[in-house]
Amino acid sequence: MVTNQKGALAVLAEPTRLAIFELLADGPRAVGELADCLPVTRPAVSQHLKVLKAARLVVDEQQGTRRYYALDPEGIEEIRAYFDRFWKYALSSFKAAVEDKEKGRR
Amino acid sequence: MTEQTVDAVVSNSIVVRAPIDDAFAVFTEGIGSWWPAEHHILQAELAEMVFEPRVGGHVYDRGTDGSECRWARVIAYEPPHRFVIRWDIGLNWQVETDPDRTSEIEVRFISQDIDRTRVELEHRNLDRHGPGWEAMRDGVNSPDGWPLSLRRFASRMEDEKS
Repeated sequence: MVTNQKGALAVLAEPTRLAIFELLADGPRAVGELADCLPVTRPAVSQHLKVLKAARLVVDEQQGTRRYYALDPEGIEEIRAYFDRFWKYALSSFKAAVEDKEKGRR
Repeated sequence: MTEQTVDAVVSNSIVVRAPIDDAFAVFTEGIGSWWPAEHHILQAELAEMVFEPRVGGHVYDRGTDGSECRWARVIAYEPPHRFVIRWDIGLNWQVETDPDRTSEIEVRFISQDIDRTRVELEHRNLDRHGPGWEAMRDGVNSPDGWPLSLRRFASRMEDEKS
């Protein structure tokens, strides 16, 4: 299997961005809440969020006076679809193997 | 605040013409007989796949040069009814050593009659793979990655699904 380090992984190679991403895995947060958990300034967090958003890793939403950031659900859907395809393929391969074996026993 | 409602689970099932004991045995210890051959992350040529049949055991690939890739860990093992493994592969196609960033697969075997078994598979906690999903998507689309035949198999599975 070819390894692939491009795209989102390159974006997440930066430790602060990865830390932000992991904080958002627990649920949506505002910039200030993220900055409170990290050893960087608020503008720095905003800058990182911009990069994460451009990579389609996070989405944002205005809630009253605050803007909240969350993991991009479409990203999860891509992963889901990927495994769905894989398991359909793998299970049909399993069926063929186990039924072949049974035929051999009869 | 709106909650995140992402479905981080994939469920699939299939009915095979085999008694439950055989279905379980082929799925686990016989994994090398059916696991899609192109889906290995070992650098070396594959010699065998091993499913250690116990809690705490590993599922691993062994290369012809003796190298090993332990890509899953058995966390429940109840033959012939069910097992659960932790999928220790990150989205960068490397073994993931941080258990918080791994997903989980449960497979259940349900006897339909003496020689028919329903196999239900659930791959869950996929959101833990969140970071880097694009890399995985690129892997799917790469020429050496997952072939077009996936789609063909998927449509065949639709016919066979019960």
